[in-house]
Amino acid sequence: MRRTWIWGVAAWAIGLLFVAPVLWMVLTSLHSESDAATNPPSVGAELTMAGYREFFDSNPWPALINSATAALVSTLLVLALATPAAYALSIRPVEKWTDVMFFFLSTKFLPAVAALLPVYLIAKNLQLLDNVMALVLIYAAMNLPIAVWMMRSFLVELPREMLEAAELDGARLFTLMRRIILPLTAPGLAATALICFIFSWNELMFARVLTSTVAGTSPVFLTGFITSEGLFLAKLCAAAMVVSLPVLIAGFAAQDKLVQGLSLGAVK
Amino acid sequence: MTAVSQQASGALARPSAARVTARKKWSLRAPLLPALIFMVVMTQLPFVATLVISTLSWNSLQPGTREFVFLENYKTMFTDSALREALFNTMIFTAAVVLISVFLGLIIALLLDRKFLGRGLVRTMMIAPFLVVPIAAALVWKHALLNPGYGLLNGVLTWIGKLFGDSTPIQPDWISEMPKVAVIASLVWQWTPFMMLILLAGLQSQPSEPLEAAKVDGASDWQSFRYVTLPHMRTYIELAILLGSIYIVQNFDAVFTLTSGGLGTANLPYAVYNTFFAGHEYGQASAAGVLVVIGSIVIGTFALRVVSTLLREETR
Repeated sequence: MRRTWIWGVAAWAIGLLFVAPVLWMVLTSLHSESDAATNPPSVGAELTMAGYREFFDSNPWPALINSATAALVSTLLVLALATPAAYALSIRPVEKWTDVMFFFLSTKFLPAVAALLPVYLIAKNLQLLDNVMALVLIYAAMNLPIAVWMMRSFLVELPREMLEAAELDGARLFTLMRRIILPLTAPGLAATALICFIFSWNELMFARVLTSTVAGTSPVFLTGFITSEGLFLAKLCAAAMVVSLPVLIAGFAAQDKLVQGLSLGAVK
Repeated sequence: MTAVSQQASGALARPSAARVTARKKWSLRAPLLPALIFMVVMTQLPFVATLVISTLSWNSLQPGTREFVFLENYKTMFTDSALREALFNTMIFTAAVVLISVFLGLIIALLLDRKFLGRGLVRTMMIAPFLVVPIAAALVWKHALLNPGYGLLNGVLTWIGKLFGDSTPIQPDWISEMPKVAVIASLVWQWTPFMMLILLAGLQSQPSEPLEAAKVDGASDWQSFRYVTLPHMRTYIELAILLGSIYIVQNFDAVFTLTSGGLGTANLPYAVYNTFFAGHEYGQASAAGVLVVIGSIVIGTFALRVVSTLLREETR
């Protein structure tokens, strides 16, 4: 293995190529508007927080809070629904549990856009337009199948003997959940929560159709952020950075959970 | 998929002979019901509504014109060249992005499976594109990378030009000259890390004995990859293709941002969104939605067969 270093260099080169747009986004967000829009690029230009200041001056907080609310509440709802469901599909499976699993998965093949109009009309009639709760319900429906598949994959790996012993002691489902299942599947729950949070935080289409001034989320805020007047590249990159930051931090901190989650728990 | 749900609810409704076993069965089903009911209400009911609306002539800007036209909207949709183009674009985008990013993902995963200095750091760098919020990524691609005046790509071309003493380097207007390539490139950039993560996990789950045995038998690097590693990776490649397709076929953000559906890049999600949001043609948008669902069922049935092999392997 004399030439192994070549493969290392190749890996580094490809890695740098892929991360370059992200680094460029960070660098541009720290430049002044006039330094950001030059050709050739001014890599060594003076750094400034002006882009971030301008972004936060444009009042992004309601949008950021709406995104956080929609993502967190829908994730909690998903976990509350998916964990017992996964139990009924693995540890004490109902008959035809594979059919149920495929029903959940098949809803992910349903293009979300086909539900856009009826969801809009229903939300309108229920007075839920421009209300974060509408997004909570939709994001929960979008992520529940993923969560059921993931949680099931974690629950089937629990040691059977332990569960049976607890049942012989007369533990009821609720106690079983709280005392044994939840502590043992905590890493799995975390992976599931991470994925649900990321997908909810990122969602644009439903948020754009169902919200306007009050309940708009960060992605919706981003689409309306660019005004045609003057230079905007630095503050656009600053905005993209701030909105992506929660996902970047959570994703980097839990790289392995990311893999488990993205593969619906099939890859451990 | 509705067939599956009917089957499932049929199983739930079947009366049981002995009372005790019936009660036991319901206690088994109880933890499942909230999730199941929630999903049926949230996904099947809107679809029924779409089905009903698709038979109406309904433009929201013309109140009082809502009337039953049966299959008229479908006839319009089938003869609508814009929808055919959207269908074609959806297939092109999905196939191109999935295949290219699986291929790149496999190469990068193979590189990252070797030991070298800073492997963890390169892996972290590779994941970064996937963690940028899609709409933010699309905006950065459009304005900071591909802008013909001050985008990074043309800036780099200027640098290279200067290096060779060329004072007028080529400065393409990427998005208007090659809109489809621009959409595909930005999506490949975002989805290659996803594929790479799944494939890398597959490589790392590979037992080392067969590889060593192959080496002892005098197999070349290529031969042991082709005949030992690749068969092991098949499940993971299928999984990556399947999951990637689910997400990429629904892509909306990239088309919406980079080209606003113009320049012949509108895909089905964008076309349906536009018929409804800008065109206010509720009936036609619903008919398009139904067609999209039917297409998805066809693809989905095939894809589910792939997944079912995964479940079968598990229960074996």
